[in-house]
Amino acid sequence: MVADLTTHEKLDLVSRIDAHIAKHQHRPGALLPILHAIQDDIGWVPEACYLPISKALALSVAEVHGVVTFYHHFHTHPVGKHVLQICRAESCQAMGSEKLEANVKAVLGIDYHETTQDGAVTLLPVYCLGNCACSPNVMLGDEVYGRMTADKVNEIVAEVRAT
Amino acid sequence: MASVKVYVPRDSSALSLGADRTAKAIQAEADKRGIEIQLIRNGSRGLFWLEPFVEVTTSQGRVAFAPVQPNDVPGLFDADFLNNGSHPLNLGLTEEISWLKQQQRLTFARAGITDPVCLDDYIAHDGYKGLKNALKMTAAEIVEAVADSGLRGRGGAAFPTGIKWKTVLDTPGEQKYIVCNADEGDSGTYSDRMIMEDDPFVLIEGMTIAGIAVGANQGYIYLRSEYPHALKTLNEAIAKAEQAGYLGDDICGSGHAFHLEVRRAAGAYICGEETSLLESLEGKRGQVRFKPPLPAIEGLFGKPTVVNNVISLATIPIILDKGAQYYADYGMGRSRGTLPIQLAGNIKQTGLVELAFGATLRELLYDFGGGSATGRPIKAVQVGGPLGAFLPESQFDTPLDYEEFSKIWAVLGHGGIVAFDDTVDMSKMARYAFEFCAIESCGKCTPCRIGSTRGAEVIDRIIANKDNAREHSRQIQLVRDLSDTMINGSLCALGGMTPYPVLSAINHFGEDFGIGSAKKAAA
Repeated sequence: MVADLTTHEKLDLVSRIDAHIAKHQHRPGALLPILHAIQDDIGWVPEACYLPISKALALSVAEVHGVVTFYHHFHTHPVGKHVLQICRAESCQAMGSEKLEANVKAVLGIDYHETTQDGAVTLLPVYCLGNCACSPNVMLGDEVYGRMTADKVNEIVAEVRAT
Repeated sequence: MASVKVYVPRDSSALSLGADRTAKAIQAEADKRGIEIQLIRNGSRGLFWLEPFVEVTTSQGRVAFAPVQPNDVPGLFDADFLNNGSHPLNLGLTEEISWLKQQQRLTFARAGITDPVCLDDYIAHDGYKGLKNALKMTAAEIVEAVADSGLRGRGGAAFPTGIKWKTVLDTPGEQKYIVCNADEGDSGTYSDRMIMEDDPFVLIEGMTIAGIAVGANQGYIYLRSEYPHALKTLNEAIAKAEQAGYLGDDICGSGHAFHLEVRRAAGAYICGEETSLLESLEGKRGQVRFKPPLPAIEGLFGKPTVVNNVISLATIPIILDKGAQYYADYGMGRSRGTLPIQLAGNIKQTGLVELAFGATLRELLYDFGGGSATGRPIKAVQVGGPLGAFLPESQFDTPLDYEEFSKIWAVLGHGGIVAFDDTVDMSKMARYAFEFCAIESCGKCTPCRIGSTRGAEVIDRIIANKDNAREHSRQIQLVRDLSDTMINGSLCALGGMTPYPVLSAINHFGEDFGIGSAKKAAA
């Protein structure tokens, strides 16, 4: 994806990554705050940032790679404009999340870890959203939606797609 | 006449059911009718089956209307709900709702009552009384009070909090840390999230007291990335506490310094384990550390560190306010105080029930929970998250008490209760337990890393060989042997406790694994 960018876009990306590194590098245990800042800004963590981070924190590139890939939250590839997470944990299973997963996958035409062709929605599994009193749950962006049915999920997805 | 106060919760569970839309509709309708109201976004009372849970102040007290959807709003105004008008959604005085009235709310005393980010509101409802008392005591006296209260780690391990604090107090060190484990990853639990969103100052106060008690001037809240609302609320509350001198270099003019920062986790379940949490805070892969050394002696960045769960820390203020004995007077046996229980899964009346230890599962499932949401019989209950045992109906009379649960080879954990109706296939749940362990294993020890994957395969073979009695019993024996290896050979509770859901499912629900039928085929 980075390869598709123009030189100007690449330079912009590099300067943004550098700014995030500079802002957080002096904090104790700076690596996770830096990775969060990068992902919050550009939506994922490109491999291109491993080298500058490793230099700033006196780590090896392999160590940075190891941390990025350890955590489910960090995306190593670009994701869609919206990330839809379906909870697969026990409480939601007890309220029919398995059926919900199947229906949502069928409607979006994608499986977990895939993005719709129009680039609008990436579907991910998640293991508990802390809303277990209102199962089954999904999270779209930063918002949790409780007592979901496939129809309601379609509604909220259609809503964000329209924006 | 002063404007009426209308409360609409800002807790994420309320938001997940449309509380923002309800709040907007109420404000818009009031504006349209030229009625002045004061809209307050409070925390949630925890009656999640009734969210959005709207309250209005009356001369008798707060009156509840729930659940309120935007299309109910015009009707509520027509019924004069601002003056306790009669309406099908009118539930009467909130404090008189029996679901709430029967609870013993100590840790959650303010949840749903106050505006979570209003410091004055917090102080007006007994906030910072615990800290005021603590500032008059010596460090050893504070630690002693916590020990005397009988408080045990509410994250799940139930280790006495006072002993942990004493170890850190007694370990010499220029730099010490207080770390709050807010990586609440267990399915069926949400009490940590509620504290952080609905009463964040109580956690801040608890951590400040911990800092003063053990001589730590820096605290970190390690917060799961799935909780963006909690992050906002905490940061807002921390900023207000700093402004008012409740955090910073000189707390309330006492000369004690305590700084607090929220750090976002990144979606790894294992980071709820304290040593892997510390690794993650240090910016590394969240891999479990060998113990010893204990974190209390060599914790964050190698310094003496208190690592406590949100609920443990949020319970400190009331202990210091009302005294150790007051707290210890609740409970049974060696489980002192109260447990915030979270009703989840297939339950009709879900939500937060804080009770003294000793209530039975049956009381929670039926008296509070009202039975299953689907109306079918409850077949199994998982207590204590994905590493907790599945309990059959015959064990529903077990009192909620750490020791009583351990007698039936189960755990209370973080107090989450997930119910399943009779449509659940327990062999699927056992397989899921292994699958989850495989996804979330940190990979450091072999029993967990490999055992989890092999375990899922063995469950598949058990299911596939239901008609082949010899092979079936061989595979059952294999999963028992594998579980034994995981229990005794894993480095932490993830690998060490995954056999709890697996074996309890096999032992109590053998028919789902073809155990009864396979035997019949053999005979």
